[in-house]
Amino acid sequence: MLDIATDPNELSFMLSRIQFALNISFHILFPTINIALSWMLLFFKIRYSQTQDETWMRIYRFWVRIFALSFAIGVVTGITMSFQFGTNWPGYMETVGNVAGPLLGYEVLTAFFLEASFLSIMLFGGERVSQRVHTAATLFVAIGTSMSAFWIIALNSWMHTPQGYEMIDGVAYVTSWIEVIFNPSMPYRVIHMLLASALTAAFFVAGISAYRVYKGDSKSSAKIALKFALVVAAIAMPLQLFIGDLHGLNTFKYQPAKVAAMEGAWQTEKGLPLLIFAIPDEETRKNNFEIAIPKLASLILTHDKNGEVKGLNEFKGEHPPVAPVFYSFRIMIGVGLLMLTCAWLGCYFFVYKKQFPSWLLKSTILMTFSGWVATLAGWYVTEIGRQPYLVTGLLRTRDAVTNTPSEHIAISLTIYIAVYTFLLFAYISTLFVMTHRAINLEQKDLARSDMKDDQLLEIPNNTQTRSAP
Amino acid sequence: MNIPDNDWLPAVFLGLMALSFLVYAILDGYDLGVGVLLPSDTAQENNQQHRDMMIYSIGPFWDANETWLVMAIGLLLIAFPSAYSIILQALYLPTALMLVGLILRGVSFDFRTKAPSKNKTKWDLAFKAGSLLTTLSQGYMLGRYVTGFENTTFGYGFSILASICVTAGYSFIGAAWLVMRTEGKLQIKAARWAIYCNTLMAIGIIAVCLTNLFFNKAIMDKWLSFPQVFVMIPMSFLLIFLFSSIHLYLTKVPTKNDVGCWFPFVCATLIFILSFLGLAYSFYPYIIWQKITIWEAASARNSLMFIFIGAVIVLPTIIAYTIFSYRVFWGKTTKLNY
Repeated sequence: MLDIATDPNELSFMLSRIQFALNISFHILFPTINIALSWMLLFFKIRYSQTQDETWMRIYRFWVRIFALSFAIGVVTGITMSFQFGTNWPGYMETVGNVAGPLLGYEVLTAFFLEASFLSIMLFGGERVSQRVHTAATLFVAIGTSMSAFWIIALNSWMHTPQGYEMIDGVAYVTSWIEVIFNPSMPYRVIHMLLASALTAAFFVAGISAYRVYKGDSKSSAKIALKFALVVAAIAMPLQLFIGDLHGLNTFKYQPAKVAAMEGAWQTEKGLPLLIFAIPDEETRKNNFEIAIPKLASLILTHDKNGEVKGLNEFKGEHPPVAPVFYSFRIMIGVGLLMLTCAWLGCYFFVYKKQFPSWLLKSTILMTFSGWVATLAGWYVTEIGRQPYLVTGLLRTRDAVTNTPSEHIAISLTIYIAVYTFLLFAYISTLFVMTHRAINLEQKDLARSDMKDDQLLEIPNNTQTRSAP
Repeated sequence: MNIPDNDWLPAVFLGLMALSFLVYAILDGYDLGVGVLLPSDTAQENNQQHRDMMIYSIGPFWDANETWLVMAIGLLLIAFPSAYSIILQALYLPTALMLVGLILRGVSFDFRTKAPSKNKTKWDLAFKAGSLLTTLSQGYMLGRYVTGFENTTFGYGFSILASICVTAGYSFIGAAWLVMRTEGKLQIKAARWAIYCNTLMAIGIIAVCLTNLFFNKAIMDKWLSFPQVFVMIPMSFLLIFLFSSIHLYLTKVPTKNDVGCWFPFVCATLIFILSFLGLAYSFYPYIIWQKITIWEAASARNSLMFIFIGAVIVLPTIIAYTIFSYRVFWGKTTKLNY
């Protein structure tokens, strides 16, 4: 802390980290919704083709508009990310550019163009191309979003568990692309993220649909979407717990310091307890107010209740800040358990009771953005957990930072904070407007009709009945 | 790094990168231009309709167009990582401003149709402001880049000039796009904008050429020595011919049966290509003007080869579906429904 006041570089470093954290946190919100939502849209579209039931088309049309909005924000904030490496973390590209460059390049080549080109056909091409081509466009967009996630996470995983390279004069050279891409943590991370997206999108769809039902929307499209989303969540959540556990074991093997921080384990211990809650103190290197279950952490991590777990004492100066990793991990798990409860209760009431109690409807509404919270918390565990390294054991975050004067970074950071706050507000309020518009629309699908724009844009009152021309 | 300066891979990547920047300047150039030209006077009755039409005309394309910037910057990052770091650090603030511009433009496009109608005009203005901020900062960045990030009054002055010229150039190709894709009053309006921008851009190109010739001895030598001068002279004539024939055409819009509505756009594209070739020729083989050549900045051969193979396979596919997408939405602009 003292350094910051005296060393301007230290200030640049701190501001760059905040700026990067802000940018990536804001960006990730939108792909997280869209990866899975794109597949759900494909499902709706295919169901419509099979059944010719207009309800599926209405669900498709409502969600494709929300998809487009989220996509637009995801794209522009993603572009910001690709510039950040150069503006704020030049040491990153200079050291591992030979690895990162081609992976990012493949993302652009195989995903970006695909998404961008076919999204237009998916959105505006409905009347210009055949239904088959339109469904194919929806499929290509879904493939694009997933490919994009694949390449980015392959690179991110490599930063956690690097292999397939050699260092010559401080620069990484690739010796095997297979080893780089299929690095040890990649499969777990990719599946964990795809399931996170499935859950985020599922609760997003469920929450907004529940809101529509709660506000008296009696159309079948809202109820069917609610049921569909809860089923997706009910299936995805246990899978996620299973994969999350495997991912944890993988991390334990390759990044023991991160696991020690997640568990709040200051000392190497046999029979490590699982901390439900605690306040880790970096000064005294101890936890306060521990609530613990004896030996459980050892059991989970080593499958032996007396197994040895390395503590933070083994990694002095090389381990991440403990408190943020420790808390984020608990937030992620806590939200995950809430999701499991909500999804299973929802399915239970749908299947056995054939009705949905009002308290559960309200709870589902509260869970609308739960995926965002869990995903962000999960990424904080992963990314803060890698510190002080940018690439584990190879490049320290400190050594990658820009020489740009701290005033410039302060200016850009201020601008980003203002823009992102505004956008988040605009996004959520627009979701609200769109949802209300859907609630008040009549069964006849007005969105598709040839009505004038401004008529469509008005929010009709409950009292006013509207008819299609 | 370790690449001999007769290796073909860095040169190929420079070519690909240059091509991406050129494609970007033409494609996102016209849609940013349309954004800059968006009529801001909200009182006039026709303006809302015109704004809608203008935005519909670029609606299906802007996203894929913008991807060429990611591609170009991606290629710089992949092929010349050390140059990428130097350039982006030197352009820190204009980059941030450009990104904010791109963010504003990109989201306004979507918000304007979904927000309550009373906010629609505000999003239109945000669209215009975002486009303008983007073009101004891109021009400024170009100016900084070609002067080798010189921290002198000349360096900054030239960058400001470039910033105005690039905006004029984008607006010009944007107006040409509108002449091609719209009808009636809006088309006539677009032709009028195109005439102004055409003049402004011609002045801009002349100014940039003269500044370079007088102040940059290396470039002057490169152009005015034997035998290059025999390329330069016909090129100048070709430019003059293009500028004046567009002007003549535009004064006749609307033509009977809309004959040759594509003419200004094609000429604008040619002017972009010529200017770009001139710039590229002046610079080659430097990636940072008179400091670093492409071979000095290149990535490892293995990495370049890995992405090169992918590019050879994927690029034709991208071009194929880009053409498909343009064919789907071709013809005069109509309202976009979804």
